[in-house]
Amino acid sequence: MKRFIGFIKKEFYHIFRDRRSLFILFGMPIAQILLFGFAITNEINNVDIAILDHSKDATTKEIINKIASSKYFSTKQIINREEDIASVFKKGQVKAVLNFEKDFSKNLIKENKATIQIITDATDPNTANTISNYVNAILQKYQKELNKDITMVYQIVPETRMVYNPELKSVYMFVPGVMTIILMLVSAMMTSISITREKELGTMEILLVSPLKPIQVIIGKVFPYIFLSIINAAIIVMLSIFIFKMPVQGSLFLLGLESILFIISALALGILISTISATQQTAMMISLMALMLPVILLSGFIFPISSMPLPLQVISNIIPAKWFIIIIKGIMLKDVGLQFIWKETLILLGMTVFFMTLSVKKYKIRLE
Amino acid sequence: MNNNKVIQVEGLTKMFGDFTAVNAITFDVKKGEIFGFLGANGAGKTTAMKMLIGISNPTSGKAKVAGFDVFTHAEDIKKNIGYMSQKFALYDDLTVKENITFFGGIYGLSRKRIKEKSTVLIEELGLEKVANKLVGSLPLGWKQKLSFSVSLLHDPKIVFLDEPTGGVDPITRRQFWEMIYKAADQGTTVFVTTHYMDEAEYCDRVSIMVDGKIEALDTPKKLKEQFNAETMNNVFLKLARG
Amino acid sequence: MGITISNISKSYKNVKALQDISFDVKPGELFGLIGPDGAGKTTLFRILTTLLIANEGTATVVGFDVVADYKKIRNSVGYMPGKFSLYQDLTVEENLSFFATIFGTTIEENYDLIKDIYVQIEPFKDRRAGKLSGGMKQKLALCCALIHKPKVLFLDEPTTGVDPVSRKEFWDMLKRLQQKDITILVSTPYMDEAALCDRIALIQHGKILEIDTPQAIVKHYPKQIYNVRANNMYQLITSLNKYEHHHSVYPFGEFVHYTDNRADINPNDLILYLESNNLLDVEIAKTVATIEDTFMELAK
Repeated sequence: MKRFIGFIKKEFYHIFRDRRSLFILFGMPIAQILLFGFAITNEINNVDIAILDHSKDATTKEIINKIASSKYFSTKQIINREEDIASVFKKGQVKAVLNFEKDFSKNLIKENKATIQIITDATDPNTANTISNYVNAILQKYQKELNKDITMVYQIVPETRMVYNPELKSVYMFVPGVMTIILMLVSAMMTSISITREKELGTMEILLVSPLKPIQVIIGKVFPYIFLSIINAAIIVMLSIFIFKMPVQGSLFLLGLESILFIISALALGILISTISATQQTAMMISLMALMLPVILLSGFIFPISSMPLPLQVISNIIPAKWFIIIIKGIMLKDVGLQFIWKETLILLGMTVFFMTLSVKKYKIRLE
Repeated sequence: MNNNKVIQVEGLTKMFGDFTAVNAITFDVKKGEIFGFLGANGAGKTTAMKMLIGISNPTSGKAKVAGFDVFTHAEDIKKNIGYMSQKFALYDDLTVKENITFFGGIYGLSRKRIKEKSTVLIEELGLEKVANKLVGSLPLGWKQKLSFSVSLLHDPKIVFLDEPTGGVDPITRRQFWEMIYKAADQGTTVFVTTHYMDEAEYCDRVSIMVDGKIEALDTPKKLKEQFNAETMNNVFLKLARG
Repeated sequence: MGITISNISKSYKNVKALQDISFDVKPGELFGLIGPDGAGKTTLFRILTTLLIANEGTATVVGFDVVADYKKIRNSVGYMPGKFSLYQDLTVEENLSFFATIFGTTIEENYDLIKDIYVQIEPFKDRRAGKLSGGMKQKLALCCALIHKPKVLFLDEPTTGVDPVSRKEFWDMLKRLQQKDITILVSTPYMDEAALCDRIALIQHGKILEIDTPQAIVKHYPKQIYNVRANNMYQLITSLNKYEHHHSVYPFGEFVHYTDNRADINPNDLILYLESNNLLDVEIAKTVATIEDTFMELAK
């Protein structure tokens, strides 16, 4: 035990004396969260739109009013002919045109159905997508109000994903993803680098020719990073609560436990990487290529998994981050308990045990 | 300028902040001479050499290398010198021929000249069989000999060797020195920095640097007599212990 | 209870690093493994320190088999690998106490053993190891290798890249350690260090050329060596190599070491020959062989 404590003490010396990695460790989560929160955002403000209203009745007026009074849109133009749609887009004056069909109110009451066409300028697909989401949200809200007044329900509107983020704040969607990336990076990359550094320096040779057991070396290497990763996770959650006023719905305790599970799986991956790389540089490259890219691209953090081609959807299943994102989104945004996410948790646990066993097995007691 | 002196150094000094790395050193090196520039790690050898090859600016003093002033004509110096170090020599992932072609190219040799040179060089070193093999696969001794030949490709007036023969086997090492003697015989000046004192025995004249100053400068024979020592190693021990 | 090595061979891919190596190191002996880079010294050290497994042959260290009893060996040997392998970002004292802890001991417990060496670096005990000079680093590394009072000490090229003063001090330290009943196996590419060992093995291309005391090895040199010098070194070497009776011609500092094919030679013949080749100030004198001469003769 004394050997083990001595080892951990040494690891902390390394970490606290290396200013650069300390900066990465604590500066990065803060920078990333702030970046995603403020700069890289899907939110829109005061987007110019044009209205083409073929009915000009009470309902359409009310809808137009609702849209125009939201801070997201400003009605720049009222156009009267279908032919004008193309020209306003070409002039680049508006990003979207709302086209109300003829006899809108009448259709709504008679047939329980009326149509608005939302035409967006898809040269910027992200914005286009967001605009149509926002318009939809406003429409749904209006429908709800409409249905409240009238006891008979005219329309059954399927709930879309925006219900869990009613204010449409993109930062809420990013927090789970950023947290996943940071925990992965800190845990996997830092451990793999710190183990390969010993190989590069030649100190690994001395550690091997000592009575320390492989498992002691592994746990000694991993322990400080579990500790630091937990602090990091806490910083991220606090930032999102206090700076972005994100309401964390679920149990913080459960969130903590799930995070620790994910951290351990990432650490195991880090050890695995260190067993196959001889230098810090390779360890870093492998961590970035084999871990970071899949986490960013295939975990559902940025691109929804459901819209990926089938092979990628299958591959995404073997990425621990995918399951972790589902879990923490559930806890943070939906207030779900373990009864709803036990399956994902079990998968993550299985992966962790698998990686851990593999890395302890692969950890060499000799040099080759 | 005396044509016979290819390196002239007078009061050359380099300061890093308060620290005097090279403290007013003065010496000359003659054409075709093998000059040993010795000193312990941190004595200032490397700093002094960097000034001479034009990649570091002196704080004060004067120095001319191959007839050019180190302050004003550093670029001309670089064209007239060769450099070889044990740490960096050749690209391991290029073949012998590719390395020769590459280094010939940097020194502006014509394609025809490179071809001639590389044929002669490969034949002289007996590398015909491995000419198209990666340099990384060659034994250390071969690499060093090849690297030395490459540093002579552009017929420099002076060649600077930074700890050239550490760790090679004794026979290869002698072959290496034979190459140095040959280069010197053909008029190339050889400037060797090293902290291996037995390498010093091979030089025509040696200077020994201690704490930024040149504390001794003469032929190995005279230095051994002066310090009443059997080897250059012992000369150094006596000097370093004051 | 020292080291026994029998018929060890080791290959990497297509390189034969060690070929059928056998020798013993007696308890308390200071044994030198002398050879250039790439001779196989480090591979042999790693096999003996249980870091590598040989393809063939067996070896024991303090009576334990290097494969089967590797854990026991790891408890009882000290190892200083070729490159400086301490934590650069830890201070002198932190490094030492770290290695003490992982070997389950403390600095105080074995202070006697390292005292001589440690006092020299103690004034810098709060300095980071990366900021030490070459000689100091090497002393610290030795202290770290000694801190658990090993029975056998493996030192892989401890003096490479270290200045002559530190080298001398280092060998003095080894001599003192030997008196404390520690068996020492040390490797070096410097032939001049061979004379400081009790016995040496000359090694090249993974084969042992000879094993004996340094004195005996030099004595076995088969020929009379002549120191030859003249006004032009390059011409001298070329001329000697063309001389019909030459056996070996090696530059050796300010001289050329020359041996002849004939049993008995008249130096004046050689002087006349060299002068006919336009050499001036020719001098010839008998000299005694060194380890390096022997090495070259055996490796020829």
